[in-house]
Amino acid sequence: MIISVASGKGGTGKTLVATSLAFSLKDRQPVQLLDCDVEEPNDHIFLKPVITQKEAVCIPVPKVDEDKCTHCGLCAEICAYNAIAVLPDRVMVFPELCHGCGACSYLCPEKAITEEGRETGVVEWGDAGGIDFVQGRINVGEAMTPPAIRQVRERANADGVVIIDVPPGTSCPVVEAIKGSHFCLLVTEPTPFGFNDLVLAVETVRELGIPLGVVLNRAGGEYNKVEEYCLKENIPILLTIPLDTRIARLYSRGVTMAEGMPETQEMFISLWDEIRKILDEGTGSLKR
Amino acid sequence: MKELVVLSGKGGTGKTSIVGSLAALAEDKILADCDVDAADLHLLLEPVVRQKHEFWSGQVAVIDQEKCTQCGLCSELCHFAAIEDFTVDPVSCEGCGFCSHICPAEAITMKENLSGHWFISDTKYGPLVHARLGIAQENSGKLVALVRQQAREMAEKQGADCIISDGPPGIGCPVTSSLSGAHIALLVTEPTLSGIHDLERVIGVCRHFGVPALVCINKYDINEENSRRIEDYCREQGIEVAARIPFDNIVTEAMVKGLPVVKYSDSPVSRQIKQLWQNIAARLAAN
Repeated sequence: MIISVASGKGGTGKTLVATSLAFSLKDRQPVQLLDCDVEEPNDHIFLKPVITQKEAVCIPVPKVDEDKCTHCGLCAEICAYNAIAVLPDRVMVFPELCHGCGACSYLCPEKAITEEGRETGVVEWGDAGGIDFVQGRINVGEAMTPPAIRQVRERANADGVVIIDVPPGTSCPVVEAIKGSHFCLLVTEPTPFGFNDLVLAVETVRELGIPLGVVLNRAGGEYNKVEEYCLKENIPILLTIPLDTRIARLYSRGVTMAEGMPETQEMFISLWDEIRKILDEGTGSLKR
Repeated sequence: MKELVVLSGKGGTGKTSIVGSLAALAEDKILADCDVDAADLHLLLEPVVRQKHEFWSGQVAVIDQEKCTQCGLCSELCHFAAIEDFTVDPVSCEGCGFCSHICPAEAITMKENLSGHWFISDTKYGPLVHARLGIAQENSGKLVALVRQQAREMAEKQGADCIISDGPPGIGCPVTSSLSGAHIALLVTEPTLSGIHDLERVIGVCRHFGVPALVCINKYDINEENSRRIEDYCREQGIEVAARIPFDNIVTEAMVKGLPVVKYSDSPVSRQIKQLWQNIAARLAAN
């Protein structure tokens, strides 16, 4: 079963929830944690995995054989990303713009284009104290994240529990990370920013047709728009984590809540039981 | 005219709260919200929208079921696994058009995609260019580039001194699009191991694009040892730490009231942000 942990707004506690949930479940059943925030992966800081294997993330970019090329210009014409320019005497390729769709090499009438891998990042995996750990990391300066996210996702072992830490936002990297999960936990905080971005995240997850529930982090205070919204939209608030400087201090040192405050593990186990129950009953909040 | 972009790597370190206050402090500027997929700056600036424009970008493949012979070639060749059972999943489709070129029955066409909207608004603190990427859409980098271009045009027209951009979290496509060609990047970090890890990566990106960086440590007192680590690291890297802002719930209170914190209270937080703006203004003038 695949559970993704997402948020819209950054810094609401995705990493805290994903790592604490994995940490709390690991002695009960096989757990895998996939860190799909390939721009800024942080789960390794908390789970301290022993990385045993890695593979490069490569996207296929065109390589033009100038001896075969007739400069007909078809490749440049069909490339949707302007990654190829054909000049009268040579062809210029801009690998950073290429999405690796493969159209140019397939369609070249002279078979002058082959594909070569351009490395955009790395996927690493290993064991983190009983948690099967996988993370992706794009190279600094690289803009394209979906290939790295896809490659992390390919390592999901659907037999056990798979927890996915999703990057912030609502655009393509988020969709790539969430797609195909059975349930999505949206972590938010009771602030205007948290609320605004929760609504966007709910729309995104509903667009994908995935059942969802909310974790309200740093709760307390008078701002109650998140609760009102969840009630109105029939979205279950599955876990409330109070605003507590102990949690923040542990977090600052790279210790996740379930490890530093073992009494909270029960809470995460209950969260997991709640999710199971929702999925068993088929009552995930899909209502629009 | 100078362009300041505010980034952080890690999300939730306080970029938007700080930009909201800089907006209230700076004179003669254009504001830009380059976080197009979870924009929050408008919540502090109460913009009145003057112009709304559509953002058309990219394409999505559509299969004409009447012409489709179900040969399966498109599905076999698609590098993004976007075609299943002879229909296109618009979320997975990257709009490359490969399928439309190879379909033997010519059953696939590419449809233009309305990816979002962008706006020019008036705020109490000056004009704001902002945008909203459609749900689950691609091309956030292109929309960011458009927001910046509009902000620059407006700054030139109005003779503004600077553009202040609120950037997205992370280091990927919308970040590189927010950063390239800017004059200074202000990196807002927090003294957590995650904050430090992500700061190091975003400093790498600034270096990659040749944009000088300044660092602001937000909530510096939640872990002063980590704050010292950040200062040591920045010193080694030759990067100025331009402000240390204490943790104070007053920032959240101001946000709930929909106000930049410097307009809400004269707390140590506000004083530090004012000092920060003076440092930035001096750097922008010298740059």
